[in-house]
Amino acid sequence: MMVDVQKMEQLADNLAAQEEVVGRSLFADARRRFFKNKAAVVSLILLCGVFLFSTLGHMIAVWSNEEIDWGILGQIAELGAPNLENGHYFGADELGRDLFARVIQGTQISLMVGIVGALIAVVVGTLYGAIAGYSGGKVDNVMMRIVDILQSIPYMFVLILLLVVFGRSIFMLFVGIGLISWLDMSRIARGQTLTLKNKEFVEAAIATGVKPITIILRHIVPNLLGVVVVYSTLLVPQMILTESFISFLGLGVQEPNTSWGALIAEGAGTMQYGTLWQLAFPMFFFIITLFSFFFIGDGLRDALDPKDR
Amino acid sequence: MLSYILRRVAIAIPTLLLLIIISFLLMHAAPGGPFTSERPLPPAVLANIEAKYGLNNPIYVQIVNYIGGIITEFDFGPSFKYKDRSVNDIIAHGFPVTLTYGFLSFAVAVIVGGALGIAAALKQNSWLDYFAVGVSIGAQVLPNFVMAPILVLVFTLWLGWLPGGGWNDGQWNHLILPVIALSTSYMASVARLTRSSMLEVLHTNFIRTAMAKGLPYKVIIFKHALKPALLPVMSYLGPAFVSMITGSVIIDMYFSTGGIGQFYVNSALNRDYAVMMGITILIGGLTILFNLIVDILYAWVDPKIRY
Amino acid sequence: MKFSKSSLLASVVGTALLSTSAFAAGVHPETGEKLADDQTFTYRILDEHSSFDPQVNEDVSGSEISRNLFEGLYSQDNLGNLVPGVALSHTVSDDNLTYTFKLRDNAKWSDGKPVTAGDFVYAWRRLASPELASPYQWYAELMSVENADAIVKGDMKPEELGIKAIDDHTLEVKLTKPLPYFTAMTTHSSTFPSPKWAIEAHGAEWTKPENIVSNGAYKLVKHVPQETAIMERNTNYWDNESTIIDKVETLVINDENIALTRYLAGETDRTEVPAGQFPRLKKEYPDQAVVFPRLCSYYYTFNLSDSGPEEFKDVRVRKALAYALDRRVITDAVLQGGQFPAYTFTPAVTAGFEVPKVDFAGWSQQERDAKAKELLEAAGFTKDNPLEFDLVYNTSEGHKKIAIAMTQMWKQKLGVKVNMNNMEWKTFLNERGNQNFELARGAWCGDYNEASTFLDLMDSESGYNDGKFVNAEVDELLSGAKSTANPQPNYTRIEEIMSAEMPVIPIYHYTNVYMMNAQLKNWPIKNAEQNWYAKNLYKVAK
Repeated sequence: MMVDVQKMEQLADNLAAQEEVVGRSLFADARRRFFKNKAAVVSLILLCGVFLFSTLGHMIAVWSNEEIDWGILGQIAELGAPNLENGHYFGADELGRDLFARVIQGTQISLMVGIVGALIAVVVGTLYGAIAGYSGGKVDNVMMRIVDILQSIPYMFVLILLLVVFGRSIFMLFVGIGLISWLDMSRIARGQTLTLKNKEFVEAAIATGVKPITIILRHIVPNLLGVVVVYSTLLVPQMILTESFISFLGLGVQEPNTSWGALIAEGAGTMQYGTLWQLAFPMFFFIITLFSFFFIGDGLRDALDPKDR
Repeated sequence: MLSYILRRVAIAIPTLLLLIIISFLLMHAAPGGPFTSERPLPPAVLANIEAKYGLNNPIYVQIVNYIGGIITEFDFGPSFKYKDRSVNDIIAHGFPVTLTYGFLSFAVAVIVGGALGIAAALKQNSWLDYFAVGVSIGAQVLPNFVMAPILVLVFTLWLGWLPGGGWNDGQWNHLILPVIALSTSYMASVARLTRSSMLEVLHTNFIRTAMAKGLPYKVIIFKHALKPALLPVMSYLGPAFVSMITGSVIIDMYFSTGGIGQFYVNSALNRDYAVMMGITILIGGLTILFNLIVDILYAWVDPKIRY
Repeated sequence: MKFSKSSLLASVVGTALLSTSAFAAGVHPETGEKLADDQTFTYRILDEHSSFDPQVNEDVSGSEISRNLFEGLYSQDNLGNLVPGVALSHTVSDDNLTYTFKLRDNAKWSDGKPVTAGDFVYAWRRLASPELASPYQWYAELMSVENADAIVKGDMKPEELGIKAIDDHTLEVKLTKPLPYFTAMTTHSSTFPSPKWAIEAHGAEWTKPENIVSNGAYKLVKHVPQETAIMERNTNYWDNESTIIDKVETLVINDENIALTRYLAGETDRTEVPAGQFPRLKKEYPDQAVVFPRLCSYYYTFNLSDSGPEEFKDVRVRKALAYALDRRVITDAVLQGGQFPAYTFTPAVTAGFEVPKVDFAGWSQQERDAKAKELLEAAGFTKDNPLEFDLVYNTSEGHKKIAIAMTQMWKQKLGVKVNMNNMEWKTFLNERGNQNFELARGAWCGDYNEASTFLDLMDSESGYNDGKFVNAEVDELLSGAKSTANPQPNYTRIEEIMSAEMPVIPIYHYTNVYMMNAQLKNWPIKNAEQNWYAKNLYKVAK
């Protein structure tokens, strides 16, 4: 028994050591390349800034995100403009609530929604697409027809049923987002896999008897990463805006909480009424975040590109 | 290839059937029905209405009747909400509208987005690249529900150049604002996908070899690089084309175009079952069709692809 | 609704004079104002109407169109009084059960056929018939027309409905019980006549512009679903000569902000003002921003059924929540459209209704707040043991704002914790209708201009009583009000009971807040039901 345990430990150590070596070289390499990309680095700093703002911003907020400033309610256009003195740094929304506090809280939700949505898309979509594309034939046909169906069923009823059956919660919001975010991604991944599978390195791997799942994970997926990363950065804004639709049906974020989608929609509705700050501040954070995601995406794509390795 | 297409067409039928059944069940499971209203109808009245539309039958009978109606008479049923019109009427009126502005938007998105993406990739890290990336991101981050009111404000109220909404049988000046609002975010996606996949192709060995061999630049780009670079763009464009030609609820809502995008969402909100089903089948059919077309195009782009 | 023979006579004489004296071109015959050359009235509607068929339609925008395309027995003037439509006058039997209408002999359909009593008989039978299955079948029952109930249930044939044509211009209606406001109910669009020959020739397609035959001042010339409906002058209409507006156009614009932009760009003559924008618009466009009362009540209802929370069974909790709401803030700072703070359920604008004095209406807000604190503490809720409940409303910008303001008031004044939930409309109706809520938003607009249309909601048997409020005295008072000459004492007592029991929290009474082209004249702002007729409008020259 003792021997066995010892052996096991040894084996485990060996494995760990092995992985560490491989991991270090791969990631060190990628990291070096990533940090050489100025736009990506600046974007990363900006994104960290937005993240810090959303987590620490409440420390300098004077108001909470739900408190109504009764003194300015009803005269937002005249009295609700951004103002350092009364603590409404970003001004007030239509109901006299502090936009600074609301943007902070909305940022938390929307960042989370965007990142979770994109992650689900990347993980589920890429694997699903790669498996379908690599398997080909009947498996491919059935798997992709399932995607066709999922893409065509009235999504709204799925959301309403989720609401009625499970009640509302942040978790259910992510379920709702997760359900659709991966569909397009799986198509793109499958399309790319179809050509990759005829490439020499894959054929070589097949010839040497590597298991299909290993081929998919080791050879196909890394080569998909370029387009996957770029597409997932396109998905982030989509997911952030989808959230407001889900919330419209009642499944997502509820008042007094808010999100970028809700804030931007409110701001866009009132923009011609002299309260442009209600659109400007949430838009500003939305835009810099998306810019950051795009450049980080590009940076990652270049850094992870196996062809340059 | 032909046998592959035939196989795909054959599987399309059970796919559609499955889509119909799932959607039907989902729809009926959702709370509230087409005749749920702020003033609940007296039971006798409700019974009459349900009898008229066959909603009093068990659900499987309703599904069988529904599918039967489609197969035998191409009848997709009446609208429960817009009682003067059948689902066929609604789609016959709304689909050409969305098809028109959707197709135009698609053309704009592909031509402008594709050109920007290719130009950006060829001149990587030049001012042209930054310009293209800037434009595409700018277009992407302005959601259409922000863009639409801005467009109306600028072009209708301030400049007075274009009507703020309505379709007017597709007269050109009614088309401009919806097409701008719809095409921009797709255009941005096309530009970014094209740029990145073009860059990827340009870095591959065979293009480097071609360059080294001294082939003319244009030939390399358009004969060798473009085709493989299009692949991921095409995977994106298949579903994107379907969602563009089946309209956008935002566009229909803000510009009162009367397309089926709005009917789709409204029919779900109104629980207008038959309209909902009709448009779902249309979207499902188009999705299946265009994914087949994309698969055929794959084989054209990369002849090594076998299904 | 009072009906005066003399005003009826006056209008008959008036219209007769008008139709004979052709007025000078370009000048209004009565006021002498210079008329605009283009007499097109374009108005925004929120959503596509459900049908052009007067018996089938079920929404407000469809009724507005019906009133322009068709003409019923009676119409309303600018104050909501009855004026002759196709009927010139009527007589009532001594038992108040038989109404005999005398129809005008010069009324014509748009295809030139005369409008006869038979067209009404056909329409009313259609309305009640299970075959057409109109969602407004209940209206035939509500009018108490003989056998309507049995026909709707399918026990009798539509031909047995208590309506018959004595001759082409005499119509007789039999009721099952006396109904003081029966004639007022004939202004409703579901009672309008319908052309049997067109319906039989085209079936469900009869409302298409190329098939439709109508007897109103206008006829339908074009309809583009979800975009526009265009109606033009019906030259066969009996009073065509005194009609000034030539063309009526509806524009469907879903988004109210875009609708306002398009109004300001001159694309429409009338649009709704988004919440909170009225004061600014009034300042900038004093002659265009208009506001007037509307026959609707906005409230929140407690779930008093078994599925409702225990806390709400305590009347002190209900009262505390009702008292602590500063309705002035909601009407003047949130909505800002001249709405009326509500302390009783029935709007003051309701015809013949006198708002009863309930105690908390007269207090200052400080007094109400103090009383609310006291009541809530007496009920056992303190800072350490705060009251907590869920509030539900259907998704909409306006409802959201009010819910937020309310929850903040409760939180700040009483320390009550409220969880807000919004739901999509049908889910909301379903949950509310099944008593699957704690506190839910509600609103009610009068079906007719009489207090019972509101107070009937409190009947324990009412299908609209979502909070399941049960009070035997209220039930008795309500049924008593139906048969008494002066129901006001009953209504006063019911409102007093409601104020003591607080089954619902009345919040405000509605107004219509419009931007209306300053050239457009004669809009019936004093008609509480907002039954407007384009034939009575006109546009003056700039």
